[in-house]
Amino acid sequence: MGTVIELEQVCKRYGRITALAGIDLAVAQGELFAYLGPNGAGKSTTIRILTGLTRMSSGRVRLNGFDIEREPMAARRQFGVVHQHLNLDQELSVFENMDLHGQLFGMERRSRRQRIEELLASFGLADRARTLVRQLSGGLRRRVTIARALLHQPEILFLDEPTTGLDAAIRRRIRAMIREVQARGTTIFLTTHQIEEAEFLAGRVAFLDQGRIVALDSPAGLMRQVGSWAIDQLREGRLVTSYFASRQEAAAFRSEDGFTLRRVNLEDAFLALTGRKVHPEEGR
Amino acid sequence: MILPSAVNGCLAVYRRELLILRRRFKRQVAGQAVSPLLYLLTFGYAMGGGLRFDGISYLQFLLPGLVAMSSMTQSFAIATDINVARFYWHIFDEFQAAPVSNGSYVAGEVLAGMTRALISAVIILGLGLLFGVRLHYGPLFWLAILLNSFLFASLAVALAMLVKNHADQSLLTSFVITPMAFLGGTFFPLDRLPGWVQVPLHLLPLSHASTAVRSAALGRSVEYFSFVLLAVTGAVLFWLALHCVNRARD
Repeated sequence: MGTVIELEQVCKRYGRITALAGIDLAVAQGELFAYLGPNGAGKSTTIRILTGLTRMSSGRVRLNGFDIEREPMAARRQFGVVHQHLNLDQELSVFENMDLHGQLFGMERRSRRQRIEELLASFGLADRARTLVRQLSGGLRRRVTIARALLHQPEILFLDEPTTGLDAAIRRRIRAMIREVQARGTTIFLTTHQIEEAEFLAGRVAFLDQGRIVALDSPAGLMRQVGSWAIDQLREGRLVTSYFASRQEAAAFRSEDGFTLRRVNLEDAFLALTGRKVHPEEGR
Repeated sequence: MILPSAVNGCLAVYRRELLILRRRFKRQVAGQAVSPLLYLLTFGYAMGGGLRFDGISYLQFLLPGLVAMSSMTQSFAIATDINVARFYWHIFDEFQAAPVSNGSYVAGEVLAGMTRALISAVIILGLGLLFGVRLHYGPLFWLAILLNSFLFASLAVALAMLVKNHADQSLLTSFVITPMAFLGGTFFPLDRLPGWVQVPLHLLPLSHASTAVRSAALGRSVEYFSFVLLAVTGAVLFWLALHCVNRARD
């Protein structure tokens, strides 16, 4: 599989503030890559650079081989993007929003209309084609933005916090759609601060903290770095988590206080590897 | 038909504005008719009914001035729509992430501003007919409107990219457009003012637009210098708009 997203030493500075401090990354064709970090870690800045909305201070980005600074038009044809903000024209219908997107990407009228019909059907929006966007619920609007991003059949789909602000049932539906899109061969670059989303969807996950990638592996690989089992305890009003390599090790744990034994999840790995909230002396 | 990408991008941006305009058409027309109607009633009919300048009635003097003024305000009004699309709906991100050059984007928005200006001119001419004012609406009349609206639509795109929020945009309209509307030869001939006041007022693009539109509408000889000045200033502001869109990527 070839590399379709390449970042080399990408830096972004706003005056004295460094938002990204030398990101190196390569995402393979067909991969679903999650970019995980707390608010302010630099996730949206990375997506804005990748999609040409923000200039990087230094570094190099190639999308499907096209340099985003030197060949911006060719690079932009390689991707579709779902921004964190719902950027649909509220006064236009679902169909009009999608049709304009197709025109922006130079699609011929007949082929874009055919593709819109296909996408609206597959995203369960066929009966909403003539509905004004302002009359749609948040979940339906999100589906429209994803369908629109796929209209010109991009190689890469950037998803910036695609399920933020949605209720649990809609989040699950959107995640299923993301899986389906990947299954058709589209490379997906997902930013999220919802850890379970990355764990459920991604083949590889990068942990971003204060503008740097601090860990990069499969969800299972990242979790293995912490352990397999965890015990949560409340000590003096604080939640303290201890990690263990095996269930036998965890079973040997003795305490007079109550505790909960559970599997390690990606959130444990994130907290341990970023060192932002974990307390090493209370770990294993 | 496959169009060159620059033309295609421009048409897509322009088409978006036309779709929105179509959806708001009745409101837009009503909104564009209110101010000229009030000006015609109060200044033209009630206050200026007995006035005559250079052998024409005040209504005949006022109507072309209103056309020039309205083409300015309506073409400049796209700045507000761009701001709403940029700050609240984030539509600007959609354009910036698409394979559309900044030149195509600016051209599409400027065309939208010019279209609004033409609609406003037609509305005022319709109102003029109601007041019994019939003038000459030949090619030079329309050329002056197009150049004036090109200039102010380009200015609107440039300023919309420079402002940081919607409130700043309103402030710019108050400080730039409103004074020009009243001092740019719409309501009175500039030569009635003292010489030292006339000099700066003759530098205003609207003064030249009013003169050009009025001369053409009254069938008098036009000053081609005004047309050239509007075209050159418009071209400079178009370039400025392009520069500002380039800078809008933070």
